[in-house]
Amino acid sequence: MKQRQSFSYAKYGYLFSIPFILAFIVFNLYPTIYTAILGFTDCKGLGNTEWNILVDDLFKNFRNILKNPSFQTSLKNTFKIWMMNFIPQMTLALLLTAWFTSRRNTLKGQGFFKVVFYMPNIITAASVAILFNAFFGYPMGPVNDLLVSTGITEGPFNFIVSKTAQQWIVAFIQFWMWYGYTMIILISGVLGINPEIYEAADIDGANDIQIFFQITIPNLKTILIYTLITSMIGGLTMYDIPKLYANGQPDNATLTANMFIYNQAFSGSYMYNRAAAASMIMFLIIAACSVVVFFLMRDKKGGRR
Amino acid sequence: MKKTLKSGNRGFKVVAYVVCIFLAILSIMPFVIMVVNSTRSTVQIQAHAVSLIPSHYLMDNFAIFDGKTFDPNVGFINSLIISVSATALTVYFAALTAYTLVAYEWKLRGAFFTMILCVMMIPNQVTSIGFYQFMYKIHLTNNFLPLILPGIAAPATVFFMRQFMLASLPLELLDSARIDGSKEFYTFNKIVLPIMKPAMATQAIFTFVAKWNELFLPSILLTDNTKYTMPIMVSLLRGDIYKVEHGAIYLGVTLSVLPLFIVYFALSKYIIAGVALGSVKG
Repeated sequence: MKQRQSFSYAKYGYLFSIPFILAFIVFNLYPTIYTAILGFTDCKGLGNTEWNILVDDLFKNFRNILKNPSFQTSLKNTFKIWMMNFIPQMTLALLLTAWFTSRRNTLKGQGFFKVVFYMPNIITAASVAILFNAFFGYPMGPVNDLLVSTGITEGPFNFIVSKTAQQWIVAFIQFWMWYGYTMIILISGVLGINPEIYEAADIDGANDIQIFFQITIPNLKTILIYTLITSMIGGLTMYDIPKLYANGQPDNATLTANMFIYNQAFSGSYMYNRAAAASMIMFLIIAACSVVVFFLMRDKKGGRR
Repeated sequence: MKKTLKSGNRGFKVVAYVVCIFLAILSIMPFVIMVVNSTRSTVQIQAHAVSLIPSHYLMDNFAIFDGKTFDPNVGFINSLIISVSATALTVYFAALTAYTLVAYEWKLRGAFFTMILCVMMIPNQVTSIGFYQFMYKIHLTNNFLPLILPGIAAPATVFFMRQFMLASLPLELLDSARIDGSKEFYTFNKIVLPIMKPAMATQAIFTFVAKWNELFLPSILLTDNTKYTMPIMVSLLRGDIYKVEHGAIYLGVTLSVLPLFIVYFALSKYIIAGVALGSVKG
């Protein structure tokens, strides 16, 4: 590439990035730091913005949160529900990817299937949650209607009081909303693999299953890890579905970390300080995940994989 | 040999089509039930919750919202104001920020880009307590600005725009614009933005949908009935007033997602392509 004499224009680089940087500082950086500080204070009570640093016992809120059984439950639930959704989601997305990118058996209507599978992803999660809440109604809801009229169960099943059922339903809704997205990402990843590798495999007489496990999967590694971590970050901040589908019921079985934070800060005794401490703990977990993604993307730019 | 291979293929295709059709039904069916049930009376729904035949209680269900907090018109307008403004800001400023990363060579460019990559993954929910306290202090709760203005700094969108710009903005074009005496800001608005249209359109769709669907921050910041967005309105449907009005619940959910269906089916081709592109680049 030619050396351009753009050095004299450098000031525009600074000038045009001012809006972004200003907005970032005001709406992102400052609130982040402020949240961190609040974690070390006594700030609580509805609408209270006054606070003092807890000088005697700086980490009181953090200790309090880490020992809080509800917080521990919410963290466990968050991971559990995420895994219950992610493993089937990834399995199905990989299977569909293998089918849709198979070069020997071209499936018709792929465009239609992609559009339909992805559709739930763009629908408001709050609306989806309320909709499924109506679906799993007891004694009369569409699901119980189907279960009884097809003779699968004798009477209506009360999903609302079963911990396991509610966790699986929340996981299912997440699965249902996200497998199409994951599938599209994986398909585009497969299409990005050098076709010569596949041609070489064909010449060597490899079958579809061998090609999938020995060429497609290893070449998708970066995208698979990227999907894993972004899905995990999304899963860690899960709020809309469990909140509006089950509101943590029964017995905190669907309480997630973000719902816990919300409940600490905006209900009961409005413990902004403890909510801030819990937020910071989540922030650290997510930041750790982001670091992994960051290094993955740098790796990709280097073009080594 | 050839024959067995062929029948094997057919078996595979049958299985694949059956699974795909099943999944398609699983995707579509809930929304069909939703729309149909919004036209049925609560008595009908209680007798049989699944039906594919619409009834004629749509207006009766709609009348139930009268005088209640769930007001689809207010929610729709509020959501529209927030989503459209935030989308416009995000798309414009993301393009401008990406432009600084591509077109100019400045000392802190590398550091700036690294920072954008770093903060891309941090969801704003985890800093919401500080954000809320800050907005409360400066009296911006029950105001749309805290939901709109942060759009100016959208790291993921900047990242996407940068990748697009690197591939499709010839830097020679900028040089010739300079020779013609075009000012830098004018060049960006009149020459660069038109080239960026496809990327801006894709990002506009995703930003709009994400903003429309957002629940956590709006539900913290907006406590006044007249400021509620559509997702907040929907979340109220779980309340006790509607416990016995099944038809109205379905209708409320239908109304909240109607704009998304229209956007999706008008633009699905671009949306799917956008998802695929985002992943390859990101």
